[in-house]
Amino acid sequence: MNRVNKKISMSIVSAVFTLGLLAGCSSSSSGKASSGSVQVWSDVSGDAKNVTNKMVDRFNKDNPGIKIQSQFFETNAYKQKIQIVMGADNPPDISSNWGGGRLKTFIDAGDILDLTPYLKDDSKRYLSSIMKSVTFDGKIYGVPEGNLQQVNFFYNKPLFKKYHLDPPATWDDLLKDIKVLKSKGIAPISLGGKDKWPDLMYFEYLVDRIGGQEPFNKVAAGKANAWSDPAIQKAIQMMQQLVKAGAFEQGFSSVGSGDGEDVALLYTNKAAMTLMGSWDYTSIESNDKDFIDQGNLGWFAFPTVAGGKGDPSDVAGNPSEFYSISKKTKNKKAAIKFLKEANLNDQNVSDLIKISNVPAVNGIESQLKNSDGGDYMNFSYNIIKNAKYFQQSWDTALETKEGNRLIEDLGNVFLNQMSPQQFSADMNKYLK
Amino acid sequence: MLGMRMNWQRWTMMLPALIFFVVFALVPMCIAVYYSGLNWDGISEPVWVGMKNWIAVFKDGEAWQSTLLTIELMGLCWITQCPLSLLLGVFMSGKQKHRAVFGVFYFIPLLFSSAAIGVTWSYILNPNFGLVNTILKAIGIGNGNENWLGNPHLALFIVSLIIAWQFIPFNSLLFQGGAKQIPESLYEAAKIDGAGPFRIFFSITLPQLKYTIVTASILILTGTLTYFDLIYVLTGGGPGSATQVLAMDMYKQAFINTNIGMGSVMAIILAVFGLVLSLLILKFTGFNRMDSQKEGM
Repeated sequence: MNRVNKKISMSIVSAVFTLGLLAGCSSSSSGKASSGSVQVWSDVSGDAKNVTNKMVDRFNKDNPGIKIQSQFFETNAYKQKIQIVMGADNPPDISSNWGGGRLKTFIDAGDILDLTPYLKDDSKRYLSSIMKSVTFDGKIYGVPEGNLQQVNFFYNKPLFKKYHLDPPATWDDLLKDIKVLKSKGIAPISLGGKDKWPDLMYFEYLVDRIGGQEPFNKVAAGKANAWSDPAIQKAIQMMQQLVKAGAFEQGFSSVGSGDGEDVALLYTNKAAMTLMGSWDYTSIESNDKDFIDQGNLGWFAFPTVAGGKGDPSDVAGNPSEFYSISKKTKNKKAAIKFLKEANLNDQNVSDLIKISNVPAVNGIESQLKNSDGGDYMNFSYNIIKNAKYFQQSWDTALETKEGNRLIEDLGNVFLNQMSPQQFSADMNKYLK
Repeated sequence: MLGMRMNWQRWTMMLPALIFFVVFALVPMCIAVYYSGLNWDGISEPVWVGMKNWIAVFKDGEAWQSTLLTIELMGLCWITQCPLSLLLGVFMSGKQKHRAVFGVFYFIPLLFSSAAIGVTWSYILNPNFGLVNTILKAIGIGNGNENWLGNPHLALFIVSLIIAWQFIPFNSLLFQGGAKQIPESLYEAAKIDGAGPFRIFFSITLPQLKYTIVTASILILTGTLTYFDLIYVLTGGGPGSATQVLAMDMYKQAFINTNIGMGSVMAIILAVFGLVLSLLILKFTGFNRMDSQKEGM
């Protein structure tokens, strides 16, 4: 090859390489699924995930022109992923959320479709108290899906029986039970400290028991120094007392909840109690059905606190999870059809009840009574029906930034790295 | 490169790599500088605030704490990885039996993704169900509930051990290559003079590996500086802030505090830190002088 040919071939090769690289870049930037398929994102797992998939499959079969595709993520990862994707170009058509201030953050950024014109009569199907979490300025931005998710204590009945303990009705009773269990080498309460959000359950219940609804309402309204409320500070103190009394399993700060580790301690008889949302019942059903069938799982409401202002019937937790449609969706009609026809239709409701989930629809009392996990579901449904007030989990009721900071600070509180005063001072900075 | 002229053929050959670097490294860096001047949560309208984020980062104790932790982790990683990789690499370059088999074994950790390694090790070290605690309990140490990753005093050290497990194979490859290049004649001369194995190692092998040690050190130090995946999976920056190195802090600021501006500030700090570190190491070890190690042979 003479010099000229060599030069020519070298430049051709370089050009080809460069073009190849550029071509590679552009094709990988559009991660969109095939057009026409409707993406549904959710954070449920186990049996609840199967129920969602069944609902999707039925809808796809009945509607050959539409393809619904579901994707599932672990809760903590989901929260961060959805935050990033909502601001980008191709968010999922339908995504699950917890309503409240966290959803409002997305609504204010113009990411969520107003469903009011499309729902009309359908909204009467759902429990009205639950719909409050997705209604802003009279407009509805989501529909309930899945389970009513109130928080209560679960306990290991055989362990309680073995040490002659009764489910505690007051905080002092709880402390006494903890002392007994600790002396016998059993972890009194299982806590998924690694994920940090389980810490919130103690916080929100204690604040409500001590101070009623006022402290939360002040924080939600953004009143100056709302986080310094004495009820909040007392709650932090009591939580730290709990840690100091050795109420939680050793190494709780690296035990996860999203991966089912904290509840595993309960059904492998290593811990006696756990404070968690109703999804734990379904989780135990998926992982160790015998534990429930043998009648080893018990439950009780969060204890009362002596001298507290809060109504003892108040309940905390997630009212429900909701499906919302993204404003940028290219499949609006299909997404709305899915939410109206498949989500929480009769078949979906009976599937949910079969896995001991209580959906947020009206008129299912008799169905609940006649079902397998009837005892717990009745407990769930009634505790919510009779609650004077349902405190939505603070981290979803408040806007995203404040909610996330609350979880981080609670993590530090449980490690005794933050005093009640430091907690209030830091959170006051995040008041909206 | 001294005295080499750049003509159009050399430019054309450099072009693909240059374009790649500009598009994927320089441009994002410049965009990050722009982002660092914003108050933005990723979904709402960004607001320009100029130097406010930068001032906040330098005033805030958390950022300094993260920097200290990062330096601590870099030190721990260097101490656990460099000497061991060196010894392994020299061993594998020798003529001992079965070294090929060992070679395969040591390579296995490198084949796994950081996320997979993180998940697996966090289960092995699980305080209640983990393998390590079960074994320790079986041989009588502890009560089977030792808290490895959740202990604020131990967490960073344990993380550095797992990082070492992941990267010693790679670094030992570097040293293996370096050791193989040492001319036999040096060893033969030493043996004739009656030098024992220790003397040979310290007087011949180690000095000849000088540039490999520098390369490996730069890779370990700058790699640890920006390392994120494994730490995120193992501890998420916890417990508390015990493993909150700069990369974790950057992630937390950007995606959990939803403050992309602050996160970008930390990203730039990281990049500058890495660059300065590499340049310093290169200068002080005389790397860019590129002295030959085979003088007089």
